[in-house]
Amino acid sequence: MMSFDQNAFLIIITASMIAISCGLLGVFMMLRKMSMTGDAISHAVLPGIVIGFLVSGTQRGLEVIIGAGILGILATLMIDWLRKKARVQLDASIGITFTLLFAIGIILISVFAYRVDLDQECVLYGEIAYLPIDLWISSSGQSFGPRIMWLAILNLLLVGGFIALFYKELKITSFDEKFGIVIGIPASAINLGLMSMVSYTTVSSFEAVGAILVVALLVVPPATAYLWTRDLRPLIQLTILTGVLVSVVGYYLAYLFDSSIAGMMVTVAGIIFFLSVIFTHKKFKFTLGTQKETQPFSS
Amino acid sequence: MSDFLYFFSFQDSSIAFVVMGITLLGIGSAFVGTFSFLDNKALLGDAISHAVFPGICLGFMLAGEKNPFYIVGGAFLSGALATFLSSWLKSNTKLSDDTIIAVILSVFFGIGVVFLTVIQKSGNPEMAGLNQFIFGNAIGIVERDLWVYGSLSVLIIGVIGFMLKEFQILVFNPEFGKAVGLPMNMIRFVFDVLLILSVVIGIQAIGVVLMAALLITPGTAARFWTDRLGILLGLASVFAILSGVFGTYISYLLPQMPTGPWVVVILSSIALISFLFAPKKGMVSRYFHRRSYLQKTQRDHVLKSIFKARELGQEGLTRAELLSLYPHQQSSIKNSIKSLEKEGLLFVNQSLIKLTEPGKYQAKRVVRLHRLWESYLNEYMNIAPDHVHESAEKLEHLLTPDLEAMLESRLNFPKLDPHQEQIPRDHDEL
Repeated sequence: MMSFDQNAFLIIITASMIAISCGLLGVFMMLRKMSMTGDAISHAVLPGIVIGFLVSGTQRGLEVIIGAGILGILATLMIDWLRKKARVQLDASIGITFTLLFAIGIILISVFAYRVDLDQECVLYGEIAYLPIDLWISSSGQSFGPRIMWLAILNLLLVGGFIALFYKELKITSFDEKFGIVIGIPASAINLGLMSMVSYTTVSSFEAVGAILVVALLVVPPATAYLWTRDLRPLIQLTILTGVLVSVVGYYLAYLFDSSIAGMMVTVAGIIFFLSVIFTHKKFKFTLGTQKETQPFSS
Repeated sequence: MSDFLYFFSFQDSSIAFVVMGITLLGIGSAFVGTFSFLDNKALLGDAISHAVFPGICLGFMLAGEKNPFYIVGGAFLSGALATFLSSWLKSNTKLSDDTIIAVILSVFFGIGVVFLTVIQKSGNPEMAGLNQFIFGNAIGIVERDLWVYGSLSVLIIGVIGFMLKEFQILVFNPEFGKAVGLPMNMIRFVFDVLLILSVVIGIQAIGVVLMAALLITPGTAARFWTDRLGILLGLASVFAILSGVFGTYISYLLPQMPTGPWVVVILSSIALISFLFAPKKGMVSRYFHRRSYLQKTQRDHVLKSIFKARELGQEGLTRAELLSLYPHQQSSIKNSIKSLEKEGLLFVNQSLIKLTEPGKYQAKRVVRLHRLWESYLNEYMNIAPDHVHESAEKLEHLLTPDLEAMLESRLNFPKLDPHQEQIPRDHDEL
């Protein structure tokens, strides 16, 4: 039906690498019940991107990544500060933090509109279809292939390296933070490290898939895998598998419907997720509303 | 200044429309948001506001134009589907709340992006304004919108006012509601409908991402000022109105400035001020409260040390002796001695620090409470005498005269504590 297409191959490979990077981080975020913190970070990096853009004058500068990284960590610290010092409940801390930072980002964009070729749509949606024509060309004029693909490779190496290096620490602090602290793991440093990796991944992939879709890749494949298994290793393997499957199927469906590739990837991820829910549960309880079931005679 | 007067006299009808729209919208979302904040579901509103995106696109595709009824209808239906799915997933999977919210939010938004690109490729000229439904455009509120969205807001405010008792039970004690025969599922359903409605109408003013602020921030900030629900709702709506009006004013003064983000920035500033400076719950007030408590405990300890020295037959303690008892708190002990002396509880006589009569009274009370509590723990909790000191060390600063009287009568006015030390009474000689 479809012959081998180099562009399709490049897009799928890049998308898979982004999906794997996000999934690897997402597994640990989910186990730490920090999925929404990931969402908050991906919105909160906007002012950092704008400031980095202003400093470097281009969307591709190192300054953009540094700015976004700083803002991501700042968002994490602010959520923590609101929760622990000001005693605001966690979900409200997350909501206040990311809306404030995102609002500041949009204001910055409006103030510097004449200098910043950015808008909130580009941050939220992204577009991976332009990947094959956005080439990395060295000063001597030699082309090394798509720029975003190289970013994704670098991202995957860094994330993979981070996880491999701190696997034990991440595992212990994700399941039992107090125990981790007792046996001498610097839990808050590990946490900050994870958050910086999330911010970095958001920035490095927002051009390709957009902030919301980074969140989807952070959350949906791990959640899908979690429906099938609770053990960490299979969880990670299944997450990677889901991420790759999502990229391949998403690309071809997007091709078929002539729509956004990143959007279709998330849609496919959602379909796989809901199919998994159905297959892993034989009987359903239908209830209206979100109230807890009351169980008689339990204490 | 003339700008200020022109704006706030609302001579310009378009300004009046925008301000009215923002005000109604703000009150509506502040009410709904405060309840979902109290229900520990602050982020459900965020999920819904992302989830209405595919509904907006679908409504547009079906109508072929920006027909507000199709778009609001589509938005409402997809918001409802998201709400239903999130509660369904909660009862059918073991995923945690925040994972479910994040899954719903991102999957719906992804589907929305697919729809949007399909619309964009269809080349419908009407689609140019579709972004307004997604990123919000408060300044674009015109008279016709005001009638539709304003009356919906009034409806939301009215229903909440009318069902205040029911929602209060829903949030604070649904079990009780069920027990007295209230239709709790129905009430929750009504509440979910209101939440989705306020998101649907709010998004057009402020946008998908920032809608969460309109729901979460006013209630969270107001919660720092009061414990009463009525005042909480009132304050939350005042905060929402203030930020709405001034956000609009800023974007009126500087036309290139977007309204929604400024509303959020002002709202967040109000929240941060509340977190810091609210009486009782604010960080500053809690800091001073804690400091004055620590000072009180330390002064009690100084009095107690001198009292114990007297029990051993000394007249008082020298400054050096007293300081050597607290090697790590030298400077604060010096302050405590100074303030106790000023209040007439201590007097310093040739470097010997002694208790005055009021000082003796106070010191006896602290020691008495300490030893009564030790006796109580020993006698009624069966805790060994060598384990009771730590707890008494804390409770001696907290026990009230009422509790003291109860302990005395329960223990039948004991003479000695578990360590065989005398329990001093007011009339005892020292």
